[in-house]
Amino acid sequence: MVNLFIDNRAVTVPDGASILEAAQQINIRIPTLCYLDLGELKMVNKTASCRICSVEVEGRRNLAPACATPAAEGMKVTTNSKRVLFARRRLLELLLSDHPFTCLTCAKSTDCELQTLAWEFGINTQRYQGEKSEFPIDKTSGALKRDPDKCIRCRRCETMCNEVQTVHALTAYGRGFTVTVAPAEMQPLAESNCTYCGQCVSVCPTAALTGHGYIQETWAALFDPTKKVVVQVAPAIRAAIGEEFGIPIGTAVTGKLVAGLRRMGFDAVFDTSWGADLTILEEANEIIKRVSANENLPILTSCCPGWINFVKYQFPELKYMPSTCKSPQQMTGTIAKTFYAEKIGVKPQDLIMISVMPCLAKKYEANRPEHQTSGARDVDYVITTRELSKMLKESGVDLRYMPDEEFDNPLGEATGAGVIFGVTGGVLEAALRTVYEKVTGAELADVNFEAVRGWKDVREATIDLGSRTVNVAVASGLGNARKLLENIEKGTSKYDVIEIMACPGGCVNGGGQPYSHERLETIQARTQALYEIDDHKTIRKSHENPSIIKLYEEYLGEPGSHKAHELLHTEYWY
Amino acid sequence: MARVNPQPEERVLPPELYAQLDAFIEELHISPDDARRKDTLIQVLHKAQGLFGFLPEELQLHIADRFAVSHAEVSGVISFYNYFTTTPKGKYRINVCLGTACYVNGAEKVLQEFERVLGIKAGQVTADGKFSIESLRCVGACGLAPVITINDKVYGKVQPGKAHDILEHYLVEIVGEEVPLYA
Repeated sequence: MVNLFIDNRAVTVPDGASILEAAQQINIRIPTLCYLDLGELKMVNKTASCRICSVEVEGRRNLAPACATPAAEGMKVTTNSKRVLFARRRLLELLLSDHPFTCLTCAKSTDCELQTLAWEFGINTQRYQGEKSEFPIDKTSGALKRDPDKCIRCRRCETMCNEVQTVHALTAYGRGFTVTVAPAEMQPLAESNCTYCGQCVSVCPTAALTGHGYIQETWAALFDPTKKVVVQVAPAIRAAIGEEFGIPIGTAVTGKLVAGLRRMGFDAVFDTSWGADLTILEEANEIIKRVSANENLPILTSCCPGWINFVKYQFPELKYMPSTCKSPQQMTGTIAKTFYAEKIGVKPQDLIMISVMPCLAKKYEANRPEHQTSGARDVDYVITTRELSKMLKESGVDLRYMPDEEFDNPLGEATGAGVIFGVTGGVLEAALRTVYEKVTGAELADVNFEAVRGWKDVREATIDLGSRTVNVAVASGLGNARKLLENIEKGTSKYDVIEIMACPGGCVNGGGQPYSHERLETIQARTQALYEIDDHKTIRKSHENPSIIKLYEEYLGEPGSHKAHELLHTEYWY
Repeated sequence: MARVNPQPEERVLPPELYAQLDAFIEELHISPDDARRKDTLIQVLHKAQGLFGFLPEELQLHIADRFAVSHAEVSGVISFYNYFTTTPKGKYRINVCLGTACYVNGAEKVLQEFERVLGIKAGQVTADGKFSIESLRCVGACGLAPVITINDKVYGKVQPGKAHDILEHYLVEIVGEEVPLYA
C-alpha cells in the first residue's frame, strides 16, 4: 500500500495506483479527457496526450499527468493551485485552437467530452488563433464517418481497435501538427480492414468518429405519399433508448417505443426479434444437420456483421464456417419485401424498410449488393438508437408519456428467445432451446442456459442431446473471438457451435447505442432488462412462435426448404 | 500466427528483391510471438527502402506479415520518419540539409537553386525520373555546412552558384567517376 497526500488530505491506495485513482478514492475530481478506463471491458487508455489532468507534485519541476503518474509513498499532490488551473485552461484553449467551433451543427453536441470541458472551464473566447488541420471527411463506408479535423489525438479509438478488438485498422499517421489517426496509408475506411463494429465511435470523446447518418433519407421516405414505410426495431433498442429521454437506465420501453414510432408516421412497426426467431429456426436446422453429419464444425453464428467482416479480413480460410443464415435484420427485411408485400398488395419497390439498430456495421450490411432478394433493397436505411431518439424528439414524441402499444403483425410477434439476441450469449441460448427440443423430442425443463450468460471472456457449456453431446462456446469482443478462431485454425478447438458478437457485451453495447459515461453499469442494466423481458414472456422458444409457424405453413414450407434457402440464406465468403 | 492484415494483392515489384529482403529478415531470427520483434522493424524498413527505393503498399503488407504486425502499424512508422518514402524517388536523390548550421549558412537558397535548375519542388521527381529533391534535418556534417547529399555522396560548403555545376556531372551521366568535392 502507498500513503500520499492530495490537497493536504491523506489517502492510502494499492501499489501501482495512479494519482488520479487515489484522488477518486477521496472524491477529489481531476478533469480528464484522453484518459479512459472501462474496467471489465479491459479498455484502458492512458496515453497522457492531452495533459488536462495535470497536477502539481511537490519536489517535481514539471506538472504531472495524474492519469499516468503512479502514486508514491509520501507524495504531496496539489490538484487545484493557481499554476495547475492556469495550465489546464491553457492546454484546453490550445486544443480548441485547432478544433472547429461548429458545435451547433455537430452530431456529437451535448455528448462531446471536449465541449463539456470547455463548458466546465467557462471558456468564453477563442484565445488562440492559429493554423487549423484540414483533412477530408471519410464517409466511404456508409457506416462510419471519420472527420479528422475534430480529432484531439487522444488515441482512445486506436487502443479500442488495436488492443481490445485486435482489428488493427487504425494508426497515428504522420507526425507533429499533421498527425492524425487513420487507417494504414490514410486509406479510406472502406478500403481498410475496419469491421465497422463501431466501438471506436463509442469511445471517441468528440465527433472525429461518428456513425454515418440516414435521418434525412428516413424523413424523406416517411413523407413520400407514394411509399408504404415500415420499420423494424432490434432487441437492444428497447433496453437503451429510454436513457435518451431521462427514463432510468435498464428500463425496457418496448410498448412506448412502438407507440412513438406509430406517431412518427410509420405504417407498420415490426420487431427484429421476430426475425431472430426465424433465424433460429433456420440456424437450428443447420446446426442439427452439420452436427449430426459431423462436418465443417464448429458452426459459427452469423448474426453480427462486424464479426463476419472480422472473419473475412483476418481469417479468410475459415470463411466457410459461419452459418449461411442471413442476420435477423436481413431476414425481417426480406420477408417484409416478399411475403408481407404480397399480402398487402404493395410492390417491393414501394415498400420502404427502415431498420433501427444498435449498430453501425448493420448499415454496411444492409448496403451490401447481394441483399436485394425481392429486386428492391431488403432493408433501405439503417438508423441507430441515437438517430431514432433525435427523430422522435424532432417530431415531438416524448417516450416518457407514450402509452404501451403492441407490434404489428405478422412480423411483430416475438418470443423471449428472439429478444435475448441483443446480449452476448443470447443467440446461442435461443438456438439451444430449439435444437434441444428438436433433437431430443423432449421438453426442456429449464430454458435458461446460465452457463453461456455473463461477462467472462469465453463461456462454454456441454449440452446433452441424448444421441450426442455438443460443446458450445460464446465470446463477445473481437479480441476474445480471435482466441477462439486461432484455436480452430490450429485444430485444437473442441467446440461444435460458437457464438460471437463483435461488441463487448453484445448488441446492448453496440456502436449505435446512446453514449454512456458509466458504461459498465449501463450495459449490465440493459442486459438485465432484456433477460427480464424473456423471463416474462409466455413463449420463450422460437419454434413455438405462432406467427413463425404460420409463415412456414403459408409460405416457406419447412426450415431449410428450397424457398427458405432462396430467401433467408446467403454466402458470407464474398 | 496472428494475422491482422488483409490479403496482399498481386505484386508488381521484382521477386528477386523480395528474395534479398527475405534473406535479410531471415538472418534477424525474428519470432512472430516475440513482443520485441517490433524493435527491428525500422532496421528492416531501411533495408527495404535501400533495395526497392521506396516503400509502397505491397511491400508494407509483405513486411507487416513477416513481422506479424498490422499494416496500420508499419504505415504509421513509415509516416513518422521523413527518411521513409512511399513514392518512387529519382535515380539521383538530392537531399538538401536544412539543419541549423546549414540553414544559417544559406541552405534555403541552395535548395531554391536546385529547385530552379531542375524545375521541380522539394518532394517531387523530374519527368524523366532522374532527379528528386528533398530536404532533411542534419546529416551530422555541420562543419561542412551547407551540405547536400546525392544518393550516398556528400557535398560540403555548397553555394547556390555551384548547383548547376554539380548537376552537370549527373546530367551527362558520368557517375561512377570521381566527382570533386566542392570546398
